[in-house]
Amino acid sequence: MDLNTAWFLLVWVLLGGYAILDGFDLGVGVLHLFARDERERRIHVGAIGPFWDGNEVWLLTGGGALFAAFPIVYATVFSSFYLALMLLLLALIFRAVSLEFRGQVDSPGWRRFWDWAFGLGSLLPAVLLGVAIGNILRGIPIDADGVANVSFVSLLNPYALLIGVLSLAMFTMHGAAFLTVKTEGDLQQRMARWASGVWVVFLILYLVAFAATFFAAPFLFEGALGKPLFWAFLVLLLAAAVNVPIAIRSGKYLRSFLASSVTIVSVMGLAAVCLFPRMAPSSLDLANSLTVYNASSTPRTLTVMLVIALIGMPIVIAYSAYIYKVFAGKVVVEEESY
Amino acid sequence: MELDPLFLSRLQFALTIGFHFLFPPLSIGLAWLLVIMEWRGWKRGDEDYVRAGKFFGKILGLTFAVGVATGIVMEFQFGTNWAQYSKFVGDIFGAPLAAEAIFAFFLESTFLGLYLFGRKRVSKGVHWFSALMVAVGSTLSAFWIIVANSWQQTPAGFEIRNGRAELTSFAEAVFNASTWPRFLHTVDGCLIAGAFLVAGISAYLVVKNNAAEVARKTLKLSLIFGLVASLLATFPTGDWSAKQVARTQPEKFAAMEGLIRGQTRAPLAVFGVPSEEPPQFNLKIELPGMASLLAFGDMDAHVPGIEDLREAGHPTPPFVLTFVSFHTMVGLGTLFIILSLLGVFLLYRKKLFDTRWYLRLLPWAIPLPLIACQVGWIVAEVGRQPWVVYRVLKTQDAYSANVTGGEVLFSIIMFGTVYVALGALYVYTLARIIKRGPQSLTAKEVH
Repeated sequence: MDLNTAWFLLVWVLLGGYAILDGFDLGVGVLHLFARDERERRIHVGAIGPFWDGNEVWLLTGGGALFAAFPIVYATVFSSFYLALMLLLLALIFRAVSLEFRGQVDSPGWRRFWDWAFGLGSLLPAVLLGVAIGNILRGIPIDADGVANVSFVSLLNPYALLIGVLSLAMFTMHGAAFLTVKTEGDLQQRMARWASGVWVVFLILYLVAFAATFFAAPFLFEGALGKPLFWAFLVLLLAAAVNVPIAIRSGKYLRSFLASSVTIVSVMGLAAVCLFPRMAPSSLDLANSLTVYNASSTPRTLTVMLVIALIGMPIVIAYSAYIYKVFAGKVVVEEESY
Repeated sequence: MELDPLFLSRLQFALTIGFHFLFPPLSIGLAWLLVIMEWRGWKRGDEDYVRAGKFFGKILGLTFAVGVATGIVMEFQFGTNWAQYSKFVGDIFGAPLAAEAIFAFFLESTFLGLYLFGRKRVSKGVHWFSALMVAVGSTLSAFWIIVANSWQQTPAGFEIRNGRAELTSFAEAVFNASTWPRFLHTVDGCLIAGAFLVAGISAYLVVKNNAAEVARKTLKLSLIFGLVASLLATFPTGDWSAKQVARTQPEKFAAMEGLIRGQTRAPLAVFGVPSEEPPQFNLKIELPGMASLLAFGDMDAHVPGIEDLREAGHPTPPFVLTFVSFHTMVGLGTLFIILSLLGVFLLYRKKLFDTRWYLRLLPWAIPLPLIACQVGWIVAEVGRQPWVVYRVLKTQDAYSANVTGGEVLFSIIMFGTVYVALGALYVYTLARIIKRGPQSLTAKEVH
């Protein structure tokens, strides 16, 4: 594997880590809009309380790694998606502070406001991240000079919106699966029903999106169908997706959460295999596409950063795993909780 | 009217970085003070420090959350608003940002969760360690961000090839000429901010007799901490920073010191009224030869002025803003020494807790270090103009040409509105936490 491919893989791992970890945070945030009372809401936020901050760092790291390894992709895509990213930032700001603010004033109106801020601040990123991926898959109008002029309205095309809703369903399913692990009794039963219910929606949307991709971005499948990795991810996706409701029905909640995680990995794996070696296909002319080779940093930077990542990330994963272990088990609402 | 995306992007960057930079100094300073408080609570078994830890920990959680929320914007903004910049310097500039995330941001964010919510779940030693990791992580964060910014000030370890800056030595780029002095001076500023925050809050609690037994201890601690940090801000960190600027960025130094015409025995301006275009400096009170001495350790050293540099073909930064910001910072720095020295003196004379006027004064000093941080940053950034990377890339060539002025205007209004609300909510929430005081944390009833 060459350096550029290694970095494609690494950025994929970081964004995949983000999708699995902050994915359940976002899902819990969405589900929190449907919680029945204050006790349930506190359980929702308590379930992600110690984790969400660290989870969001995966997105920042993914962004930082993209900047360091593929600056042309970072600059072109981020400036093209200007308003969409500004909305994403707005949502993430509200989400981050709402947990801190909501418990500070003992008034129902105040809490209601921050509950909505938290819920919508979770829902919007879940959709927008999907919309962004959808637009990348379908291609952005990169001209021969490597510049793309994209209007906000054109980002909201049916295909990208479809991927946005798909992403919302995927994260909601994931969040519900996570909550079945962290809750008990009546709430746990309800979350189990949520997970199974949204799973159906997710599966239908995925099939529709898969078919739609043949029309919206047929070039993605050229060559991809011949790659063993494509079929490996497809088989993995089917196996994992089927396991989500099966595990829930038999009360093996942790297994359903893991299955949901593998589902997310497979979905992202399929997208990555289809894209590679392109990172941002051009909708004007595929020859203008940004690839892991024409949009990367120099081999020196890629090497230095690879060393940094290979030293740093195992340590990060080790202490993150430790924190998850410390907070394992059912949510207990206590003095320090949000 | 044509909306200028360059101007608007600059405005937005100034607004978002300025607002963001209110919070990390407080977090970093507070985190290190919490390391001391938690250590004493743990090792001495002092309940008061445990209560102080819980109380100030809550403030850290709040401050950190707003800092994270506004920090994410920064990481995205290079790509969204400064695409040409990102393409030009990405081979170098992205690396410290990625390193920050990997080595620092994960560390502080992950351990903050353990610190805030894990008190009952882990041993006291591990809990203290989590506070330490938050402090270490946030300081490392500062390091990598300063590395990135220092490279803009004194770029090194690169060559211009293929129409962009390409890395030739990672070590030279990271440890460029201004990295160490700027890192130490900035972090020291953060420590001052944390110290004055804790001192101001503690003084308020002592006056209100709210958990005064806890507040007296944290007041003592923060005043001594603040005095040491304030002294260090002048010497060696401030002195070193100024020398560094004089050596590597003469345009910035001339603007800071109000030197219109260069000279040997350059005087140090204590006061004066600067004006722009042509740059003039009137009504001045100066110490002869001191600028030469401070900058080069030699009173006879020649220090170039703004006009000389212009004649030599080097564009110079906005004079008035750089000058005024620098002198505001220096003035505030002096004030921090006086204020904390007075406090430590009163403490030594055992009069601190009876000197009501001093205790009533301290809460008002909380914002001052933040102002000092802001103007210090303005000196660094405005003093570098018109360059975004000193003598390599101009700011006017760095923005995203494919983003329209209208789009940037929209995001400025959005950030402006949200940040005003966020700032107000932060102050409001902080005030509530302070009014409740350390006592309320032990109460059974939860917020």
